[in-house]
Amino acid sequence: MKVFQTLKPGLFTTVQDIGRHGYLKYGVPISGAMDQFSLTVANLLVANNENDACLETTLIGPELQALAEVQIAITGGNCTPEINNHTAPMWQTLTIQEGDVLSFGKMESGCRAYIAVRGGMDVPVVLGSRSTYARGGFGGNRGRQLKAGDVINGFDAKPLLNEHRLPKELVPRFSDYFKANVILGPQAEMFTEKGTETFLSNQYRVTLEADRMGYRLEGSTIEHKGKADIVSDALLPGAIQVPKNGKPILIMKDAQTTGGYPKIAVVVASDLSSLGQAKPSDDIEFSKTTISQAYEKSLQLWRSLENLKRSMKNT
Amino acid sequence: MKPRPKSARYLPFGDSALLIEFGDTIDLEVNRRVTALAEAISVAQIQVEEVVPTYRSLLVCYDPMKITYEQLAFRIKDVEESLERTIKEKRGRRFVVPVIYGGEYGPDLDFVAKSHGLTHEQVVKLHSSREYRVYMIGFVAGFPYLGEVADEIATPRLETPRLKVPAGSVGIAEKQTGIYPCEAPGGWRIIGKTSIKLFDPQEQPPTPLKAGDIVKFKTVSEEEFRTTEGKSLSISTRNTKE
Repeated sequence: MKVFQTLKPGLFTTVQDIGRHGYLKYGVPISGAMDQFSLTVANLLVANNENDACLETTLIGPELQALAEVQIAITGGNCTPEINNHTAPMWQTLTIQEGDVLSFGKMESGCRAYIAVRGGMDVPVVLGSRSTYARGGFGGNRGRQLKAGDVINGFDAKPLLNEHRLPKELVPRFSDYFKANVILGPQAEMFTEKGTETFLSNQYRVTLEADRMGYRLEGSTIEHKGKADIVSDALLPGAIQVPKNGKPILIMKDAQTTGGYPKIAVVVASDLSSLGQAKPSDDIEFSKTTISQAYEKSLQLWRSLENLKRSMKNT
Repeated sequence: MKPRPKSARYLPFGDSALLIEFGDTIDLEVNRRVTALAEAISVAQIQVEEVVPTYRSLLVCYDPMKITYEQLAFRIKDVEESLERTIKEKRGRRFVVPVIYGGEYGPDLDFVAKSHGLTHEQVVKLHSSREYRVYMIGFVAGFPYLGEVADEIATPRLETPRLKVPAGSVGIAEKQTGIYPCEAPGGWRIIGKTSIKLFDPQEQPPTPLKAGDIVKFKTVSEEEFRTTEGKSLSISTRNTKE
């Protein structure tokens, strides 16, 4: 089913789901939503599977014309959506009519927004996922970002009888300051005590070199004990590499799968989604946590999503 | 008798992965233990999401909602301790990669030859007469890290990496050699090119090679180069030792 005609593509709009898992050993990045929490909620608001494919926008949203009556939900950073030039709410189900134009104003907060369509975006599954990996040129909509004129297809699904809304207290608020919990290691021992202390007690600013692969950060120099390279080993989103210049690099979803810089720490899974909303000149502060504390936080997040799923089934 | 290899180190990698480190150098014995443990974990049916073998370590991704770090480490240690002292590996699958060396295909062949006081032919002979082990796949989708090349042709990377290295390029970086499956930026010394397709996201698996496999390079004519264009790499059945 044809869902949208792309009038304007926006800065970097791609199709993403929860990513391509199981192919790291072949050098294939995970890809998927930079802010997985927002993608999941967008899907739940239109009663999709939580890993269905959505559109991910970056800073400047697209302009899309509906080619059918569809139900959608918009989540993520506050992207000031409009339908036919009238302000439209985020974090809830919306019904739009054939011919309606969905557009976005200024990005008031965060960096990325998610547009879910009832039924999910219909693009081919490549290596188990519908996510776009633009550098590799595969997945999503023809392996690339949206272009003007692209038609987006969606799967047929029964329209919802009820509209859903995410309870206000669960809506994440993004500012220009982010806090993230990390587990030190696996190569924390390659840094001096002072280096680790520097990393944990300062804010790091996202530079212009920030994209789906990762963010180069600027801030106090982190001191290595000796050499600043290792025989390459595996990388995962959330890993923080520190090359010789002492400036950390946060690894994100489209990053290469191996790397030769020591990793001082790794961001815990439950804090990674919000970092997907960090943009150049935002600040990030890293705090040390433990695996058991991280588990408690993941469990909380899992429970609130389960509650959400149940509450939506009941309405 | 060989000394018992020092035991592996178990290190948390965030809250949903465990890194098992066997060493910190490029070493055949270390890499054999990595691939053997990856295999043993799959045989033991331990509940993991994904394992990623690299030169010297194995990354194990898990779902903390299904298994704790301690439970996982305990089960893997058990498997690891049952690995043989010296890994008796089954001989890896063998692949032959057809290559044209030098000229437009290998712009750095001249540099590699000159910096070692060798002729082009000597470099080609040294590079194509060895069997290489796939130590790991990484960097870009389907890029095999192969080792190790003869000391006589080991060459450091370019000081300034190229912005674009064409797909199929065969390069050398120190004692490693590798093949660019797609166009990518890179600093390896490019000595040749293959027309074989090494990565195809529409195939399952997307690349025929995996850690532990054996690769040998074979010089081909322009004509053969064209006939293998876009073909995928298949397991070699004939003995390539000439």
